[in-house]
Amino acid sequence: MSNQVPADMPASEYEDEGRERLSYMVGLGLALLLTGAAFALVWFELLKGGAALAALGLLAFIQALVHLRYFLHIDLARSHRDDLKLILFTVLILLLMVSGTIWILYDQHIRMMP
Amino acid sequence: MSVSERLHPGLNLAGTDPEAHEAAEEVMFGFWIFLMSDLVLFAVLFATYAAMSVQGIADGPRPAEVFDLTAAFVETLLLLLSSFAFGFAMLAMKYRESGRGVLAWLLVTGVLGAAFVGMELHDYYVMVTAHGAPPQASGFLSAYYLLTGTHALHVSSGLVWMAVMAVQISVMGLNTTVKLRLMRLALFWHMLDVVWIAIFTFVYLFGVVS
Repeated sequence: MSNQVPADMPASEYEDEGRERLSYMVGLGLALLLTGAAFALVWFELLKGGAALAALGLLAFIQALVHLRYFLHIDLARSHRDDLKLILFTVLILLLMVSGTIWILYDQHIRMMP
Repeated sequence: MSVSERLHPGLNLAGTDPEAHEAAEEVMFGFWIFLMSDLVLFAVLFATYAAMSVQGIADGPRPAEVFDLTAAFVETLLLLLSSFAFGFAMLAMKYRESGRGVLAWLLVTGVLGAAFVGMELHDYYVMVTAHGAPPQASGFLSAYYLLTGTHALHVSSGLVWMAVMAVQISVMGLNTTVKLRLMRLALFWHMLDVVWIAIFTFVYLFGVVS
C-alpha cells in the first residue's frame, strides 16, 4: 500500500485512515505483548500451579478483549444496543454451558472413582 | 459523515461509501448472529476438552508429553499477523477503493493462514507418528483433535472463501456486494483468531503447566 494521499481524498478522511491504521497497529502490539507474556510465563516457569493457570487465564481474557476492541471494532459505548445485547447474551450462554458441562462431568468423574 | 457514525460492530464504511454503509447494517447484524452461534459450538468443544484433558487420559500420553510449545507459539504469530494483514486489506478497500491493494493484502493473509494450517497438520503428523498419540488413544486426544481440527477446518474454509473473494474482486470490482462480503469475511477471520487465543491458552499452555 502506498503512503501517498490520493489527490481526490479529503483531508478529514485521510486522518480517519491514519487513526484506523494506528488502531490496528496498537492492537497488534498489545496482542504480541500479551502472547509473549503468556508463553514466557510458561517457558521460564515464572509462576507455578494454580497461580500460573490464573495468570494465563487473565492474560487470555485481556487479549480477547484487545482483539474484540482493535480488530473486530466492538465499541460498547457507540455500537447499537441490539449488537451489544446479542454479544452479552451469547457470553451468558457460553458461561452457563461451559461451567455447567465442566461441573457436571467433574461430579460424574468423582462418583465413578473406584 | 465520520467514522463515529457506526451502524454495526466491525469496520464501518461511513464517510467513504455511505451507500454500502447503509446496506451493511442488516447483513452485518445477521453475520454477527452466525458468529455468535459458531462461538457456542466452540464453547461446547472447549468444555468437553476441559473435562477430557483432566479426566480422560486413560493409558494414553499426558498433554505435557505431546504438545510442542514452540510450534504453538509460531502458529499463534502466524494467525495473529494474518488477522492484522486482513485489517489492512479492509483499510485498502475502505479508503483507497483499490482492488489491487486489497488483493495484495488478501494474498499476505492467505499465505499466513495457509502456513498456519500446514503447521497444524505437521503437528498432528508428529503427534501420531513420534508420540503415539492418535485421536483414538484416549478421551483427551479425541477431544484435542476435535477442538483444534474444527478450528483448522474453519481457517481452511476461510482460505477458500478468500480465494473466492479474490476472483470476485478481479471480475466484479469493488462494488457494494463485494465490499459487504469482504467485511463479513474479515469478521470471520478475526473471530477465528480470538478462538485461537483460547486454544493456545487453555489447550497448549494449560496442558504444559498442569
